[in-house]
Parts: sequence; C-alpha cells; structure tokens
Amino acid sequence: MKYQAVIGLEVHAQLLTQSKIFCGCSTRFGAAPNQNTCPVCAGFPGVLPVLNRQVVEFALKAGLATHCRIAESSRFARKNYFYPDLPKGYQISQYDAPICSNGYVEIETREGGVKRVRLTRIHMEEDAGKSIHEARGDASLVDLNRAGVPLLEIVSEPDLHSAAEATAYLKTLRAILQYLEICDGNMEEGSFRCDANVSVRPEGTSSLGTKTELKNLNSFKAVEKALEYEIRRHTEALAAGRSLVQETRLWDAEREATRSMREKELAHDYRYFPDPDLLPVQVDTAWIEKVRSTLPELPGARKQRFIAQYRLPAYDAELLTQRKDVADYFEAASKLGVDPKSISNWIVGDLFRVIKERRLDDRLYITDWPLAPERLAELVQLIGEGKISGKIAKTIFEEMLVSGRPARVIVAQRGLEQISDPASIEKAIDEVLAAHPEQIAQYRAGNEKIIAFLVGRIMKAARGKLHPQKTNELLRQKLDERKR
Amino acid sequence: MSLATLTIHELSQKLRQREVSAEEITRDVLGRIESTEGTIHSFITVLREPALEAAKAADERFHREPDPNPLLGIPLAVKDNVITRGIRTTAGSKILDDFLPPYDATVSAKLRAAGAVIIGKTNMDEFAMGSSAENSAFFPTRNPWDTARVPGGSSGGSAAAVAADQCAGALGTDTGGSIRQPAACCGIVGLKPTYGRVSRFGIIAFASSMDQVGPLTKDVTDCALLLEAIAGHDPSDSTSVDRPVPRYSEMLAGGVQGFRVGIPKEYFISGVQPEVERAVGAAIRVFQDHGAIIEEISLPHTEYAVAAYYIVATAEASSNLARYDGMRYGYRARGRDLTETYTLTRAQAFGAEVKRRIILGTYVLSAGYYDAYYLKAQKVRTLIRRDFDEAFSRCDILLTPTAPTTAFRLGEKIKEPLQMYLSDVFTIPANLAGLPALSVPCGFDAAGLPVGLQLIGRHFEESKLLRAAYAYEQATRWGALRPVLESA
Repeated sequence: MKYQAVIGLEVHAQLLTQSKIFCGCSTRFGAAPNQNTCPVCAGFPGVLPVLNRQVVEFALKAGLATHCRIAESSRFARKNYFYPDLPKGYQISQYDAPICSNGYVEIETREGGVKRVRLTRIHMEEDAGKSIHEARGDASLVDLNRAGVPLLEIVSEPDLHSAAEATAYLKTLRAILQYLEICDGNMEEGSFRCDANVSVRPEGTSSLGTKTELKNLNSFKAVEKALEYEIRRHTEALAAGRSLVQETRLWDAEREATRSMREKELAHDYRYFPDPDLLPVQVDTAWIEKVRSTLPELPGARKQRFIAQYRLPAYDAELLTQRKDVADYFEAASKLGVDPKSISNWIVGDLFRVIKERRLDDRLYITDWPLAPERLAELVQLIGEGKISGKIAKTIFEEMLVSGRPARVIVAQRGLEQISDPASIEKAIDEVLAAHPEQIAQYRAGNEKIIAFLVGRIMKAARGKLHPQKTNELLRQKLDERKR
Repeated sequence: MSLATLTIHELSQKLRQREVSAEEITRDVLGRIESTEGTIHSFITVLREPALEAAKAADERFHREPDPNPLLGIPLAVKDNVITRGIRTTAGSKILDDFLPPYDATVSAKLRAAGAVIIGKTNMDEFAMGSSAENSAFFPTRNPWDTARVPGGSSGGSAAAVAADQCAGALGTDTGGSIRQPAACCGIVGLKPTYGRVSRFGIIAFASSMDQVGPLTKDVTDCALLLEAIAGHDPSDSTSVDRPVPRYSEMLAGGVQGFRVGIPKEYFISGVQPEVERAVGAAIRVFQDHGAIIEEISLPHTEYAVAAYYIVATAEASSNLARYDGMRYGYRARGRDLTETYTLTRAQAFGAEVKRRIILGTYVLSAGYYDAYYLKAQKVRTLIRRDFDEAFSRCDILLTPTAPTTAFRLGEKIKEPLQMYLSDVFTIPANLAGLPALSVPCGFDAAGLPVGLQLIGRHFEESKLLRAAYAYEQATRWGALRPVLESA
C-alpha cells in the first residue's frame, strides 16, 4: 500500500519592533540578563498591559502579504499555565478571535509547479522569558529580557505532504516576513521557530491518521530530517499494523532521531478567556489600505518579473530574489545600463562569497555593501567596453573591496587597461614569436595545440592586458602567414 | 475640637486661611491613630515619618502656590491593594507581606502630586475578597460604632479609619461592593465610580473587568473632591476612558427637583433587615419631599447577579493571582522541586477565602465547563446591563439599600461564605454593569448601627449621583453623627 504524509506547520515569528508588545522595554537581543524588564513585563502586582500598535501594523502586513481575511475586531485572550519564565502565570495571546485568518502562501513544487498552502490563522502574542537550567547546579535561572517580545503565530492548514514541501513552505514564508522587514528569520537564534504536526494515512483516503507534534526544529535541515524520520516511522508502523500514539516528540539533531517528550502533554488545560485588561483590537478599512499601500513587491512576484524584465534564467532569478536587499542591489546595479546577466553572475558568485565571509547575511537588510551597486556596474561596464578582461576584472574586484576605489581609477592608476589596438598586439606577438622559433616550427608541422602555449607567453609578457580574442586572431594570422 | 474630626473641605479651608499648618493636622491625626488604633486596627502600615515629611513639604507649597489644590496637606489613608512606591503594599496577604513596590499606582501618584499626605495603608480582606475585613492575613478591623462588629469589607480598614477620624478621607477599591458596603456599615460616604473613570494601573487586581478605585469620605463634598483628584484617562490603563473630568465639587448644589428616581422592586425583598427597609423608605420620602419623582421600576435579572458575579470575578481572579508564584517577589516556600515550590508557596501564603475563589475560578474556566459557567455568566451580565439601560431610559438615578443588613458581628458569617456573599447582593449589579454607585448614610438601626442608602447612576454621571446625595445629606445630616470611641 502507498501512504501519504499530512503535515501542518505552526510558526512563531519574533517581530522586529523597537519595544515589547505590552510595555516600553527594549527588544534588543544580547542585553545583560533581566536588563530589558520593567514591572509590566516582569508581572508585578497591579500593572497593566498597553498594546504596541506597531505589532498590529506588522500583523496586518503579514496578513495582507499572505492573502488573509483581516478581522475588523479581534481580541486578546489569556493562556494560563505556570512556569518560572512566564511572569504573570498566563501568556497574553489571541484565541477565538485572531487578527488574520483564511490566507495562503504559494510555494514552488520540485516539479516546477505552484502549490497553494492555506493558512488557518495569524495571531499576535507575547513571548515568554528564558529558563537557563545548565548555568548552576543547584538552581535554574530565569532571564525575562524576552518576556513580552512580540510574536506572530502563523498556523498552516495540513496541506503539506512531504518534508520537501514543508521546508519550501517555511522558506517562502520566511522570505515574505523578511521582505516585509518584520522578522529577521533567524532560526538558530529562535526568532523564526517552527513546530510541525505530522501524520500518515493510506493514499487516497481522506481521514487523518494519529498525529505527532514535533518540536525543537532549529534549522531548515532539522525540519526536513525530522519530518522524513517521522514519516518513515509512521509509515513503517502502519505497514506493520502497529498503532501509534498521539504525542509530542523532540528532534535530536545529534542522533538524527525523534524521541517522545515524557511530559503529561494532554493534561494541559490552558483555560483561555478574553483578557479583561485589553480592549478589542479595532482595525478599519482605512488602516488596512494604508498598510497595503506600504507592502513591497513580494519574492514570488519579483522573481517572475526578473525573469521577464531582465531575461534572467529562473535559477538566477530565484537566487537573486530570496533576499530583498540582494534583489534591490541587483536592480540598482542593472539600471545603469549594463548586462543584467553579467551583474547576476557577479552577485551570485563573488559578491555572495564575500557576504558569507563577512557574515553580512546575519542581517535582515544589508545597507553597507562591501561594494556599492554602482561600482559593480562600472566594473561590468568596463568588461563590456572591452577595456579590461574578465581575468583582470577579478583582480580589480578584489582591490575594490580593499581600497574602495572605483574600477576606472584602479585601471588607470595601475595601467590595467586592456590593449586592443592591433599594432600594439602585433608588436607583443612578434617579440614572443622571435624568441620561439621551435614552437613556430611545431605549429607548421601541424601541432595546433601549441597556440595555447604561445598565447600564454604573449599574455604573460604583456601582464595579461592584451585583448584575448584579438590576440588569438592576430597570432593565428601571423602563424598562418609564415606558413605560406 | 480636634482637627482629626474635620472633613477634607473644612481642613482645606483652614489651611488656605493659614489657621493651621499641614504639620499640625498630620500630628493631630497621628495622635488620633495612636489613641484609637489599638481598638480599631484600621492600618496594616502607619506612615508616621513619611507623613510628617509630606506635611512639611505641603506647608512649603502653601507658601509658593497662590491657588493650592484642595488636597494639599490633607491626611488620607490608602487601601493596601493600591501600589505605593517605596511603601510596603500587601493587599492584605501574607504572600505580599514584604513587598516594596518600585513604582506608584496612577492614583497614588495623583494624590502625591496634589500634595496629599498619605498617612497609612489600610487593612482589607485579602486581595479584596470578602465583606468584613476578617479575611485579612494580619488581623480583623473593628467597626468604630461597635467594636464587636465588622466594619464591612473589603475596604474595611479605609471605612473604619474615616469613621474613627484616623484620616480625613481614604481610597478604597470596589469590585462587588467593597467601598459601598463598608461605607454603609461605618456610616460614611463611599463611591464606586464608573468602570473606566479611574485608572486601575497599580491597583492589585482582583477581578479586572469590575475593579474600580473610589473615595471613602466623611461627607459628599469630600467625596466629590477626592473623585476629582483621582479620575481621568490614563494611557497606562487601556480600559480607562478618555473623557474630561467634571468639577464634581462645583456641581453639588441644585437639588433633586424633577429628578426621576427609580426604586427597583427586586431590591426590597425578604431577607432585608426591617430597620434597613424602614430607613430607606424614609429616605425615599425625603427625595419625594424635595421634588423628586419616585417611580417603582423592575430590574428583572437581579436574582442572577450574585451567581454571575461569583463566576466572572473568580475566573478573572484565578488568572490574576497566578503571578504570586514565589518566583520574583513575595513569599516563597522551599520545595524539593518546582511543583512542590509552587504548591507549598501558594498553600502556605494564601488564605482560605482566596484559595476557595481560585479553585472556583479555575473550575469555571476549565475545558468542558467554560460554556456552562463563564460564558453563561457573561450572557447574564449582558442581560443585567440591559435591565439598567431600560431603567435609565426612564430614570435619572436608582435608589436602593446599600446592604441588606447593618454591620454584623465578627465571626458571625466567616464560616458561611454564601451568607457573606449575600452582603453584596445589592452592590454587585452595578459592578457587573460598570455603573457608578455611591452609599450615603441614611439612619441607624435599633442597635445604633448606621444604615446606608445606595444611589446608582448612568455611566459617567457621577455628578448627578453626587448632587442627589448632597441634597439628601443637606436635608438629613445623618452623616454628621460620629461614633464615640472609648480611647484606648
């Protein structure tokens, strides 16, 4: 029998607001423990939450970018449970009236098609603090800097049927949030977190099998591997006629396996009820339209436009549009009238390497590029004009990174301009030929390959500045003349 | 005559005319506390030195300010669930026994800014849960009219302190009657403002959708002055309402000529002490004599109010009190693991009534029971609100007894929570509907215990309530009678 996996994902995206969702404390990462706290986010007696409107605005952006229905009126609810890093003994979240619902995200399938993944809902909530259990033997420590940092919880319908689809969905969703500049998408640091619900059923049936909730998925790789593992585990159990239990399992990246959480998961009753300290969140059409007008072109649409407008291969367009800053960079360079494909080659090759080396990709949006787009365009232009060779261009690129000087200046100062006038090239050829009579004889005897050796000698003598194609042509002419 | 016996407006006038200094007043009041506190036990914390400092600072301000605030230099008591920066704030609970807040409630900050002298933090039922002040984790407060009796609750300490002249006026909080019922029991004026009129920021929450801060005072004029000082929009409380604050104290005159006064028949039922009924009946005639139009009306869902209240209030309380977990502040027991630390902390530091309400509130919010209890109670709440809307389409104010009985004896109801809950049967509906309501003295029973008259108004029509109460007070002067205390 064939089996089908059914996967739904729950994403928690930390929002890039300056201050927390219900108080004025900073959300800055990396502060000393409990530095970014106040009586409100530390859950002191008598304090009250005040909603940060920026959070609503970000939720609207996410909802509009994913085609959600926006609720005119939504409300916050309290999710009650005890834990030391949850200062009030409840988390302020949304429950029965979320701000966004019934949306979708379109992903590309491996076969090159487009698949629509439905979103159940997007809601706003506060993050909890952090418990640190390893620091001291006799006690756990609590850091409340993260308590009250705003989150969006984004819940998909169980529309995904493979680990690959799940990661494609996550990557697409993350790119959207990054384009909106509302989440930095860093999975390792936990600003983009994912839990997965997975079950397996015989293909062709419509009822759902017993599901597992997967946690501790800290990277795309973890998501993919954990889902593959879990799908295999379920399929084998079903095939062997074994029954599965509904449970929460943790992904163990080292062992590359999932294991059951030994907690009484089902005993949880969160006793949700509307938070009486907060008014319903009212969103009118004017606000929605205002936010809509600020939405940037999103990655999917931009990719299609790049293919059409710049005649780029789909592969290039995909790589260039994954990050908004890269796509913006590409367009800034291309608008200067140079060949877009050449610009793309430089970005995808050399520029990406530098970004990685300098860890600039940790940032949500790079503004301090190692090389301004105008500078890269100038370099490509010089190649196009035949002023420099591709090889020399690589040298100039590296020097631009170090000195920051424009390519034209470097070319002029270092005398790197390509030599294209026939007289100069001929002169260089003649000098080398005069020194290599043996090789000329070999050529005349029919050894065509010796040409490469001669070109190498000529180029070396001219420090690589000769126009390669013209040099080739002239050399061949001269040798053939002598043959006659 | 002792300065401590004077009202806020009397003291304010003397201060303006430089007849007395704030320091003299404060010393007099502190002296009064010294001589009576051993009998009454109104205060959890008396702020002797800080009060004298604040009084001296007020005296300096009198030199500088041409038109001083009426509260400048006035000694006031504050209920101990109102957060006061740097001043121990316990909410009457062992779990906050050592809690020193690093911030001020908005109302505390307003009182300080006005130059009031905070003389002490008053005793209360733990987390404002109770109607007798007997649920205090520290000690019970006595009724100044009869020290064998309770002062009412939960703002029992504030009410007793005002009645015993231990302060010029006080702040209390009212979730189901906790200002009005003790005001009635102690023969003073108490007002619960419209929900949203006064900021809740820094009020230790009991039931967030009903909690309000309000004044307990010796007369209606003081009530208006104190309300003026604490009312107003607060950006730190999303449920506070952005509406201008009227000068209540300048709108007291004018009488009740032509006022349409509704008498809800559901509030005159069996179980009401006959002397209370008689006193309220007499009050109705006073209103009539002064030109008010009396009309019997019906609030048909009144009988469900207490049940709905104890579901909504306990549900919210069960969540509001979850933060007292021994982790960041307050009492902590040492358990072998996290769960034991939680359970021991809360078992040892919460009192019986608080535990009872947390359990009840947890139950009504539980999966499978939510619809039957919490949701149903919210529907009842809507019906009760509609009852009032209907009544206020025809009436300006409603008139009822504040409580079914006068002050009961200490220990009389402490073993019978349901009987205790019924003390608030007439005050609870205004909390469910968010309406302003006040209690004003309207006579005495045969034992010489004060009876309270409740007036309920439309949302944000405190001025009308105060005007009616003022007219009644001027006509009767019941509140001018003070208890005689054998000094300890």
